[in-house]
Amino acid sequence: MDKTDSLLRFITCGSVDDGKSTLIGRLLYDSKTILSDTLNQIEKTSHKRGLSAVDLSLLTDGLQAEREQGITIDVAYRYFSTPTRKYIIADSPGHEQYTRNMVTAASTAQAAIILIDARKGILTQTKRHTYLSKLLGINQFVVAVNKMDLVNYDQEIFNSIVKEYKALFDGISVNKNNQFSINFIPMSALNGDMVVERLENMSWYQGDTLLEILENVDSQSTNSNLAFRYPVQYVCRPRDSENKELHDFRSFMGRVESGRIQVGDKIKSLPSNQESTIKAIYIGDQLINEAISPQSVSILLNDEIDISRGDMLTELTNTPSITKDFNATICWLSEEPLNQGRVYKIMHTSKIAKAKISSIFDKIDVNTLSSIESEKIETNDIANIRVNLAQPIMSDNYFDNRKTGSFIIVDDSTNHTVAAGMINNIN
Amino acid sequence: MQNELSHLDWLEAEAIHIMREVAGQCSNPVLLFSGGKDSLCLLRIAEKAFRPGKFPFPLMHIDTGHNYQEVIDFRDKKVTELNERLIVRSVEDSMARGTVKLNYELEPRNKYQSITLLEAIDEFKFDCCIGGARRDEEKARAKERIMSFRDSFGQWDPKNQRPELWDLYNAMTHKGENIRAFPISNWTEMDVWQYIEREQLELPSIYFAHKRDIIRRDGAIVPVTDVTPPKDGEIVENIMVRFRTVGDITCTAPVESHADDVQKIIIETAESRISERGATRLDDQMSEASMEQRKKEGYF
Repeated sequence: MDKTDSLLRFITCGSVDDGKSTLIGRLLYDSKTILSDTLNQIEKTSHKRGLSAVDLSLLTDGLQAEREQGITIDVAYRYFSTPTRKYIIADSPGHEQYTRNMVTAASTAQAAIILIDARKGILTQTKRHTYLSKLLGINQFVVAVNKMDLVNYDQEIFNSIVKEYKALFDGISVNKNNQFSINFIPMSALNGDMVVERLENMSWYQGDTLLEILENVDSQSTNSNLAFRYPVQYVCRPRDSENKELHDFRSFMGRVESGRIQVGDKIKSLPSNQESTIKAIYIGDQLINEAISPQSVSILLNDEIDISRGDMLTELTNTPSITKDFNATICWLSEEPLNQGRVYKIMHTSKIAKAKISSIFDKIDVNTLSSIESEKIETNDIANIRVNLAQPIMSDNYFDNRKTGSFIIVDDSTNHTVAAGMINNIN
Repeated sequence: MQNELSHLDWLEAEAIHIMREVAGQCSNPVLLFSGGKDSLCLLRIAEKAFRPGKFPFPLMHIDTGHNYQEVIDFRDKKVTELNERLIVRSVEDSMARGTVKLNYELEPRNKYQSITLLEAIDEFKFDCCIGGARRDEEKARAKERIMSFRDSFGQWDPKNQRPELWDLYNAMTHKGENIRAFPISNWTEMDVWQYIEREQLELPSIYFAHKRDIIRRDGAIVPVTDVTPPKDGEIVENIMVRFRTVGDITCTAPVESHADDVQKIIIETAESRISERGATRLDDQMSEASMEQRKKEGYF
């Protein structure tokens, strides 16, 4: 390790009306990530649209089609850095019909910024965004009460939104066993107040600016404290190499999806249940003594056991379930509804298995969070289902381990990814 | 006890994982290698992903025929060092076949690379091309997938991309279809330079400050070469420049610089107020949506 810096992935939840694009533009602008030629281009566009000031939201409206429609239609990824941390923002549109985009964006995020328009207070979408963030396993929240300039920087308004939000948050009973952190911040993204700079308007707020909060969010992969999970992606057997020493070389290549492993540790290969010990760990040609999540490494074992792509190395006692049947919450992503009669494929870690949806329990109305009985699953639906597989997978519950608890469903006639799922009850 | 990866370690781990997914899921992938800095990072990632084995894919260069010789020499040297297989397919061969028709003799050939690439994909039946594109390069790329689906015409349809969740990458294709895999999607120009420094990667010499004959045309610095000669009345100057990207000579411009090593380039990059493409890609300045257009037509 030659650098002590870190990386944080977060999502921004809100609609264009809440000033979300402006907030992202502001973060990029104030952290000096926006370069002058890009700025010139948005200045031109701002003038073309008859705007007097530069519209920072134009920075994040990517594609021609959506620029013309003035809406964001897909997840976009943005980057900025401070001297201590690199950030990846997943920016997804906030409208109701884009549940699937928000789910996509949240899947890789460690933290969520929930934007609230100070004039409007908590809306249906606030609940939806919070629910989906919790559902996808995010446990660090920043609630940004934006447009404070339009309510005279009134502390009372901020305080009442904070109170109301806390009640809303506690009322969403998802991922109950995990610890959450929530930070609240009053803000004016348009003026850059409390984003990176602390202007004079809200001296009553003594807390951190948004960037200060982000700098202190726990980016440490909590994954490294979980049980060891190592899905094998690729087996390296350079038999035909001219180098004789490599004739019997066999290493198992993959990513430490959770936990850590050291040379000498005992492991088990699943689903075969064979045991061995770690002989060596490499990154490229560099030998290392210990690998931690999320490093991609290459592992040599002391015993010759048959292991191929799709198998998983784990620790001996705390092992995942080997299962062909499980309950899951899914988000349906495809325009084509679920056909319960069909066989789909699921991709889970490095494994692909044939799958049927054996039951649909209910759907969740993302606005009221109430359960709806339904036999149909369509685009943007969140549903609780039971999955039946042809081959077993090695999995954990999603809220215990996002890497081994998640899967996607693929339609093998089109090869499209049609749904994303979170395993929540293995048995 | 170590708990946290640095951002470069994190990016590297992600890129290795993506490359191994390509190797695990695709039956006939290829890595696009130009000799440029981004594709050199890809080669280092491939070494870390697959050594001591051979790469499970050949390398391929789509050659426009308008190259800086230093870059081609470097490309060949690198391939020899790695002891891997290089395929070169040339836009000039496509011109000879009549599948590429230039509008005028010295027209920039970057956009025609798409045609030659598609011809090569068809020739070798590649089902995946690994490329060094990054999301920070250009607006149209910000929504690009890590595994980007192209239909049998090589077209990218921004409205018909597969959602990508967690690190579960769907690289499945039917015959004739193709995936473009971008392992360094999440890297910025700065990350690339920091990685080059950390890994002590060797680069073609034109990335570092050197003296070169140039002319100043419409605010851009145009190198004086056989295919980009000065026009009447233009003044040729000899100044210190370096290239931030390398590609077809007719559309790659250098920037004024005295940075003659990686450290100095990192400092310049940190201070730079102009994006990599804005400064150096003469073809991207035409329209805000030009990249999006080219990607739809099969550009990588």
